[in-house]
Amino acid sequence: MSTGPGTIHRRSVLAAAATLAAAPGRAQGTRPERAVLTPALVEAAKKEGKIAWYTADDLVLATKVAKTFEAKYGMIVQLERSGAERIYQRIGQEYSSNIHAVDVATTSDLGHCVTWRAAGLLEPFVPAEAAAWPEAAIAADGSFIVDKFTLVMAAYNSRLVKAEEAPKSWLDLLDPKWKGKLVKGHPGYSGAITNATYALSRLLGWEYFEKLAKQGVMQVQSATDPPMRLAQGERAIMADGAEVTAARLISQGAPLVLIYPVEGVPVVGVGSVLMRKAPRPAAARLFMHYLASSECQKINMEHGTRSFDPAMTEPASWTPLSKIKLLHNEPEALAREAEAVKKRYSQIFGV
Amino acid sequence: MSASSPEAAPASGRGLPGWFDPSPVFFGLIALLLAFVVLLPFGWLALFSLTDEKGAFSMENFSELGDPSLFLGPFVTTLGIALGVGVLACGVALPLAWLVSRTNVPFRRTLRGLIMTSFITPPFIGAVAWVLLAAPNSGLINQYYRALTGAGQFDRLVNIFSAEGIVFVMASYAFPYVFVLAANTLDRMPYDLEEASAILGGGRWHTLRRVTFPMVLPALLAGFLIAFLQAMTQFGTPAILALPAGFHVLTTKIWSLFQFPPRTHLAAACAIPMLFVTILLLRGEKFLLGRRGFTMIGGKAGAPQLTNLGLWRWPALTMALLVIVVTVLLPNLILIRASMLRTVSDAWTLDTITWDNVRLVFGLTHTRATLENTLITGVAAATAGTAFSVLVAYLTARRAVPGHRFLAFLATAPAAVPGIVLGVALFIGYTRPPFQLYGTLWILLLAFLTIEMPPAYQQMQAAFRGLNPELEDASRILGAGRLKSLTSIVAPLLKSSVAATWCFVFIGTIRELSATILLTTSNTKLVSVLIYDLNENGELGAIAVLGLVLMAVTAVVVVAANRLANVGQMAPGR
Repeated sequence: MSTGPGTIHRRSVLAAAATLAAAPGRAQGTRPERAVLTPALVEAAKKEGKIAWYTADDLVLATKVAKTFEAKYGMIVQLERSGAERIYQRIGQEYSSNIHAVDVATTSDLGHCVTWRAAGLLEPFVPAEAAAWPEAAIAADGSFIVDKFTLVMAAYNSRLVKAEEAPKSWLDLLDPKWKGKLVKGHPGYSGAITNATYALSRLLGWEYFEKLAKQGVMQVQSATDPPMRLAQGERAIMADGAEVTAARLISQGAPLVLIYPVEGVPVVGVGSVLMRKAPRPAAARLFMHYLASSECQKINMEHGTRSFDPAMTEPASWTPLSKIKLLHNEPEALAREAEAVKKRYSQIFGV
Repeated sequence: MSASSPEAAPASGRGLPGWFDPSPVFFGLIALLLAFVVLLPFGWLALFSLTDEKGAFSMENFSELGDPSLFLGPFVTTLGIALGVGVLACGVALPLAWLVSRTNVPFRRTLRGLIMTSFITPPFIGAVAWVLLAAPNSGLINQYYRALTGAGQFDRLVNIFSAEGIVFVMASYAFPYVFVLAANTLDRMPYDLEEASAILGGGRWHTLRRVTFPMVLPALLAGFLIAFLQAMTQFGTPAILALPAGFHVLTTKIWSLFQFPPRTHLAAACAIPMLFVTILLLRGEKFLLGRRGFTMIGGKAGAPQLTNLGLWRWPALTMALLVIVVTVLLPNLILIRASMLRTVSDAWTLDTITWDNVRLVFGLTHTRATLENTLITGVAAATAGTAFSVLVAYLTARRAVPGHRFLAFLATAPAAVPGIVLGVALFIGYTRPPFQLYGTLWILLLAFLTIEMPPAYQQMQAAFRGLNPELEDASRILGAGRLKSLTSIVAPLLKSSVAATWCFVFIGTIRELSATILLTTSNTKLVSVLIYDLNENGELGAIAVLGLVLMAVTAVVVVAANRLANVGQMAPGR
């Protein structure tokens, strides 16, 4: 690990963290002591034997994390992968029926963490593994940690679009020549797309989406789906989608080229929480430790997510954050505005 | 109709306390249970549609239905699609049924068997297969079209993400139902009526139009109705095909109302018109058939003489094969192909073939649990549903309890309930005290039982009609209670009908997604929902793997069930 890229990475991560502002001072409560992983906890967790993890992470990444944890501790991870908004729906539905099945939840809409915190569903917990992370990656009262982040950007299939013709900005997507050639995710299902829609509606106005809706967009759900459709060649351009899945597909040889639009790129903080009513409290804590561990952070990065852990070095092939104009959403604002954003979006796109 | 006396049951219970027959109590309990299972969710549904979030009476939910983007638009789209599916399914099924039943087309039996195999493909798996085949750009058909014609990069022959595409896919998986109904009717249709018409000078076309067609009409209407209702109530196919195209049907819209915070009251109100359409259609069918009494006289006519197609046999066979290739062969082949490719639209070469999808599916920790849940609920629903329908069909066919008419009504009433409506109703009914079943497999079992009750009951009722009651009467005279004669006399005689009903219910549960999607939790997930989740993630290769596994398991279970029934039939007899 040379100092050069490392330093650059560290600086850009701090910049990203600052834009996330996960831990604004006005949040209630004080941060709990950093919890250290003890053999006693591991023992207790193993006795519980299992952990239920509801996550909005990319399916392949989540499966890898679950498998590695299972192998390391000899426990079972019950993995529930879905779009963040569906995770949110599921937990809401289960909790309103007094079903407390989930131990740890990971969401790409930090607004959820804020709402859950306000409803008293969360147990503040800061694993010691996150000690070196920037302040802003941990909620002020410790009720959630932002254990990874990704970007929502555009991309094109290099078999279908020539580099010189490819769009460079969000507004380029409105060019009539892309009509019928775009695919995008849906904020009703995906937390990442909720983030992006909120950020872009403020930056470009809702007119941008109104015009985009006239482009014959193929509407899929999760932010991980557009890169898949793009790789299949079903559409030539992805109008939005998660960097994490796109990066993973590129590393597997898919003909995808990422576009970081010049107007700015929405940052999606991915937060993990420990549920206060977790049915397996020790296993849940152990899993939180694991999510923050270097081992897991490394897996995340190998699968295309960005990390706040300063010890991580991004692959040289990635566009460094310092070269991207980042757009951020405050979690509180997301919690407040997401409903209206989703509603407006549905009205514009008809689904 | 039957010689069995309705007074017998109460008499034995009241007059002779010494050898108390538990049957009436047992049957009474069955009736109560049925009433409870059917009526409770509807009470909740009605209540929710007429109240607001605070529980106060309000017509607000219904006045919101005027909003075109919320209800009216999806509703009209849904009806249009359902109509298309009904017409297309009948248009394909009727000629096919005639071919295999009444003509000398070659390989009639094989053709029939092949058409039946498409039953085990759940429509949502079929929809994914058709995405792989006919997505506008990456679909294989369009890829070949461009390669063959030299058409431009973005030109296409077919687009499955469209209303027409949805009609096509739904009809592909609905037409076997119409086919079976029509073929069975044609099989049973006595030849002598047609012969009479011919003797009296009616030409072949005249006979077909004035004799054959009217006799098939009831089956055709019933078939149209089944196809229409399936299309109207399906969730999986439109969720996979309509959302990408940018429109909603009613089921997907109702489902979207469950996004958090759920708008359950509004969802209940949206569900009610669907209920009315179904009831209206069922009444309409009765009305049409009631006025035309084409009863088939004399079931003992000789084997129907087959129409000789002459040289036309071969084009007819080609047509039939074409239907099978399109609806059965192509979708399954494309699934096998996609299951082994990392990027499902790639060409199939040594470099692109991979086990990644298999690894992903079986790497998911809950795949096994999900398969187990699916099997458990499927087998339980099939067994309980069949037992229940045997009992109820027996009680109504033999008029064994007072109020048997009401019992028959209860058993058929759920036919008027679309899956997603039932899902909403059960969700409301069983997520709150006193019956908190959400989060358990029980709620799924209840849903499946309710959905499958009407067809299962109808099948068993038809079977009972063909059974002379004198055998049971003999056993009753010799001192057996109703329950005893049912288990030891009737059940063995009806074994093959029972097995067929069992398989029907089992396959029905495998195909179900519209109620299931609302009722599963992470601990009670079924394969259908897992497939839906994978679709949301764009993992079409993984869906192919899981879909093939599901269909293989279904096939094994169905074959095993039939074997079991046949073995049982032979063993005690000899």
